[in-house]
Amino acid sequence: MSKPMKSYLDFEKPIAELDARVEELRTTASGSELDIEAEIAKLAAKSEAMLATTYGKLTPWQKTQVARHPLRPHFVDYVAMAFTDFVPLGGDRLYGEDAAILGGFARLDGKRVMLIGHEKGHDTASRIKHNFGMAKPEGYRKAIRLMELASKFGLPVVTLVDTAGAFPGIEAEERGQAEAIARSTEACLALKVPMVAAIVGEGGSGGAIAIAAANKVLMLEHSVYSVISPEGASSILWRTPEKAADAATAMKVTAQDLLDLKVIDGVVSEPLGGAHRNPEQTAANLAKAIGSELAKLAKLDSAALLRQREDRFLAIGSL
Amino acid sequence: MSWLSKVRNSLSSLNKRDTPDNLWIKCPSCGEMLFAQEFEANLSVCPRCEHHGRITAKTRFEQLLDAGFNVLPTPEVPENPLNFRDTKKYTDRLKAARASNPYPDALTNAFGTIEGAKAVLGVQDFKFMGGSMGMAVGEAFVAGVEKAIAEKCGYIICTAAGGARMQEGILSLMQMPKTTVATRRLAAAGLPYIVVLTDPTTGGVTASYAMLGDVQIAEPGALIGFAGQRVIQDTIREKLPDGFQRAEYLHDHGMVDMVVHRKDLKATLAQLLGYLERKEAK
Ligand SMILES: [Zn+2]
Repeated sequence: MSKPMKSYLDFEKPIAELDARVEELRTTASGSELDIEAEIAKLAAKSEAMLATTYGKLTPWQKTQVARHPLRPHFVDYVAMAFTDFVPLGGDRLYGEDAAILGGFARLDGKRVMLIGHEKGHDTASRIKHNFGMAKPEGYRKAIRLMELASKFGLPVVTLVDTAGAFPGIEAEERGQAEAIARSTEACLALKVPMVAAIVGEGGSGGAIAIAAANKVLMLEHSVYSVISPEGASSILWRTPEKAADAATAMKVTAQDLLDLKVIDGVVSEPLGGAHRNPEQTAANLAKAIGSELAKLAKLDSAALLRQREDRFLAIGSL
Repeated sequence: MSWLSKVRNSLSSLNKRDTPDNLWIKCPSCGEMLFAQEFEANLSVCPRCEHHGRITAKTRFEQLLDAGFNVLPTPEVPENPLNFRDTKKYTDRLKAARASNPYPDALTNAFGTIEGAKAVLGVQDFKFMGGSMGMAVGEAFVAGVEKAIAEKCGYIICTAAGGARMQEGILSLMQMPKTTVATRRLAAAGLPYIVVLTDPTTGGVTASYAMLGDVQIAEPGALIGFAGQRVIQDTIREKLPDGFQRAEYLHDHGMVDMVVHRKDLKATLAQLLGYLERKEAK
């Protein structure tokens, strides 16, 4: 019965109010008043219906907020719930260990894969440790190293993308952030093994594509993927921070839009009310979708895999 | 006073056609008053402080290629697929950019020779929507590389971009892997890829084809980086070091092979092409 702790977004206020009323009735009810039990059941049903309606028509900006929800499952949660036998591998062998990108051997349905992804952290201490999922060059260079290792031993590569973007800082620039991202993207394209990327939260710009130039790209239903954050686009194009919601709509950041634009290959459904309301179900859905893509890709030889990946990206923007 | 500030603002994008004979301009770096024609004759480099002004794609072709080069057609791409509008419609922004530029988008290729050595030269023009990378830039880059492969010669790109063409949303981001597919194909053909980083080169362009050259050249003083300086300052709330993200800073940090003065650029490219001749297939 351990339901994940709830944290409501602004647009969930009516749902939060209903849930609070239910809680209040539960604590005040002595357990013998039948009419209160009936009232609780009625309110709970109403809350669930409202959740279904709200999440059935989330705006792109609301989806951005869901994708960034502090309780949304992250890399470490998927490692625990969607994979088994994880062996973390660390370091870029050049400078350091960047915990904003984690990786290692893992098994999906018993089959070995190389699992790589951003980790944002779940509380203040871990968020600082993982730098809020914003990787430095050493994170991307670790990803390159793990991809090359996977290619050498024939392990398919699975990436879980969840970052606001690559870290914008002095030391990141000094150590070649741009070069690291460019080489990581190149490493994806050079893989002789199947690669499946899943955007599980935020797919933020170059920091995302560096580990997402895959044979197949999936997105969780309420995740977002964009060239710049809606806030960034708002301040540059509208010259005000106020237009983030408009920017999110205009840039077409949702999984549904990106499927239409053929930028992604599939949408993985989330439980009612978003991934954070049922992480186990989300992980199960994700594991099933990734497994099914890997099974299809397993039929291609390395030349065909390389070709399919190249053609996939060459086609974007060609008439 | 107003004519002076107007001139100052347009210094970066001067070209021959709209420069009256008697015009003076002020160097944005040292403040020296310069006779416009002399400035241009000096390759748009300030004779006093060596500030390298921004130049158009057309001027760049003329400076680097031998006479008789051919400008290649810019591939057509879907126009405004997101039906994007911010304060203006994207199609209107494109129209305005095309009205004031000779080429239809921000990256244009020319095929010719550099001191006799065959090459395809791509140039990004900051004057065209900040050189930003959208589908037309990605497609032109791929076309330039394909031409180089067909001609069995090297591809040289002079980069200049504020970043991604935000009006194309995710489709602009997808040009990063797309152009990287092209650089890999050039490498597979055993042909050289030379990058000339010019002012400014930032964002997704830097984080893709601009950092993948066999040889990396930067123009003096050019701003080159991934993240914008304001974004970095807002994130870390520290003063940025002197010369941060400038060509010389990148050279000091091992990110480029050399910083080359514009007057030596053509000879340097010719010299490099001589060393990077295609290996004969065995
Ligand atoms: Zn000067």
